[in-house]
Amino acid sequence: MAILVYAESQNGKFKKSSYEAVSYGRALADESNQNLVVISINSEEPKVLANYGPDKVLSIKDASLINFTAQNFANAISEYAKKEEASILVLSSTADSKYFVPLLAVKLDAGLASNVVSSPISISPLVVKRSCFTNKAFNNTTLKGSTNIICVLSNSFGVHEKQSQPEIIEVNTSAYNDNKVKVKSVDKVIGTVSIADADIVVSGGRGLKGPENWHLIEGLASTLGAATACSKPVSDMGWRPHTEHVGQTGKPVASNLYIAIGISGAIQHLAGINASKVKVVINNDSEAPFFKVADYGIIGDAFDVVPKLTEKLKAFKSQ
Amino acid sequence: MNVLVCISNVPDTTSKINFIDNDKLFDTNGVQFIINPNDEFGLTRAIWLQQKDQAIVTVVTVGDISCEPILRKCLAIGANKAVRIDYNALDGFAVAEQLKSLCEKESYDLIICGRESIDYNGGMVGGMLAQMLGFSYITNCISIDLNGNEVEAKREIDGGIETLSSSLPIVIGAQKGLVEESDLIIPNMRGIMQARQKPLDVLASVNSSVKSSVDQFEKPPVKGSVKLVDPENIDELISLLHNEAKVI
Ligand SMILES: Cc1cc2nc3c(=O)[nH]c(=O)nc-3n(C[C@H](O)[C@H](O)[C@H](O)COP(=O)(O)OP(=O)(O)OC[C@H]3O[C@@H](n4cnc5c(N)ncnc54)[C@H](O)[C@@H]3O)c2cc1C
Ligand SMILES: Nc1ncnc2c1ncn2[C@@H]1O[C@H](COP(=O)(O)O)[C@@H](O)[C@H]1O
Repeated sequence: MAILVYAESQNGKFKKSSYEAVSYGRALADESNQNLVVISINSEEPKVLANYGPDKVLSIKDASLINFTAQNFANAISEYAKKEEASILVLSSTADSKYFVPLLAVKLDAGLASNVVSSPISISPLVVKRSCFTNKAFNNTTLKGSTNIICVLSNSFGVHEKQSQPEIIEVNTSAYNDNKVKVKSVDKVIGTVSIADADIVVSGGRGLKGPENWHLIEGLASTLGAATACSKPVSDMGWRPHTEHVGQTGKPVASNLYIAIGISGAIQHLAGINASKVKVVINNDSEAPFFKVADYGIIGDAFDVVPKLTEKLKAFKSQ
Repeated sequence: MNVLVCISNVPDTTSKINFIDNDKLFDTNGVQFIINPNDEFGLTRAIWLQQKDQAIVTVVTVGDISCEPILRKCLAIGANKAVRIDYNALDGFAVAEQLKSLCEKESYDLIICGRESIDYNGGMVGGMLAQMLGFSYITNCISIDLNGNEVEAKREIDGGIETLSSSLPIVIGAQKGLVEESDLIIPNMRGIMQARQKPLDVLASVNSSVKSSVDQFEKPPVKGSVKLVDPENIDELISLLHNEAKVI
């Protein structure tokens, strides 16, 4: 029996959320007295994982897994989960994981909990706390499969370093050729930080008055290395692309810092961003509901505050 | 063509979420239930297929009798028939197994689920159903074009859009973009009258394997009050974010 973590990578580099998943797996392995096995797929740096405590790393190199397809990833990971006799699988709650993990659960006949926010409340029975009602509440879920899968919500457990000397096994395969769904093309905005991976998200609402003012949001975001996002009406009016819309019906945000500028803080907006750790609001209306949920706030005109904040942050960063 | 739209019955997005019975049960008192928003986008897309390609659109929900008003609403929006599988939906795996039993009896070419439900946010039923049936699966789907058995679809990915090809039968996970909010069909009087005559079948549940249970709910801790920073003193905000919150 083992705890098995899938450490997701992109272009050969691990995502930060993968280190969090490995840290989670380490804690779980310690508590349940099992070995921690980590799988990487086409990563160029499997050795880096030794900073987070695995007992064994399976470094899979496979040409058929260079482009992500849900079916092939589910097939590959279920195969290794069976070989390693995994009792619990840990993944991060990234978009790719969320896509293939239901397929994986059926293949392994496993219990599944997504958006898990803390280490297990109990190991036997396996009880985890997860976010529900779009972050308006949590629930304790008991997983009853003989194999179970946990998807950890980003920035909820944290990355915990722990050195180990794992056996690193290279596996070369080229066996995953399910072609039910084929990727024809990918149209990606490169060079910007994606909302899902971002530590910091700078988000603008209708208070910015129009798309011509978005350089304020972009300037602040690039100073902080942050992703840009927006409220729903902003994307509905076509000021910003749909992919930036966050909230209950948009993308979920679980960043360390969320800065809301000219956003009122409607319940549907807050639901989607509540999982973020620290929230800052800049709004000229002291009655805006966002002030009730924010950690820090400035009551002021965005057109005056944001340029100043960006300048001061630039100075702070160059210190 | 036969299209199945899976409908989850969820609390309205503005609902206050409360629990009763020592936080073991969701308090439905005063809560209005709606069609899960992601499923509603999917339903409108299905109705377009009905209008254009004479597709037969069936809606299904797994749940008790309290879900029927939502199914009637789907019929009023234009679905041809509705099915309720009488089962207390406990976990995603079991719901997918119930849906599978229906899909094995009827043959659907296209099954539309939502990318996730806004109550339990599992995001799992659609993918599980696809795997159980051996169908293709595309989630976060923002467009689908059919040409005979050929499917061309687009899905939203982090920071972009992916174009995919596949073939029927397929399960998709719908979200905003598949149709726009302004396209959503609002039932009119005629639709509501017709819905009364349309079939709403109730099926008994099949045995299914429950792999999880929700035991206890909790509300997020009440937030302390916001620290306000004077707009003339932005250095203070930077210092708080750096020294206190430690996020920059
Ligand atoms: C079913 C449903 C689902 C929804 N899902 C979502 C969702 O997922 N995400 C989402 O965001 N919304 C969602 N909404 C919409 C939501 O209810 C709000 O309408 C929306 O979030 C408001 O966007 P906003 O804050 O940008 O605009 P507004 O509410 O118009 O707020 C603009 C704010 O900017 C401030 N402002 C104006 N000028 C300035 C200035 N010069 N400087 C600083 N501040 C200024 C104003 O004081 C105000 O607070 C949903 C609604 C429904 C019904
Ligand atoms: N009880 C249910 N009955 C019918 N369909 C459901 C049910 N629960 C979930 N679904 C479908 O599966 C999708 C994903 O739900 P979930 O896995 O709960 O996030 C929903 O958007 C619905 O399309």
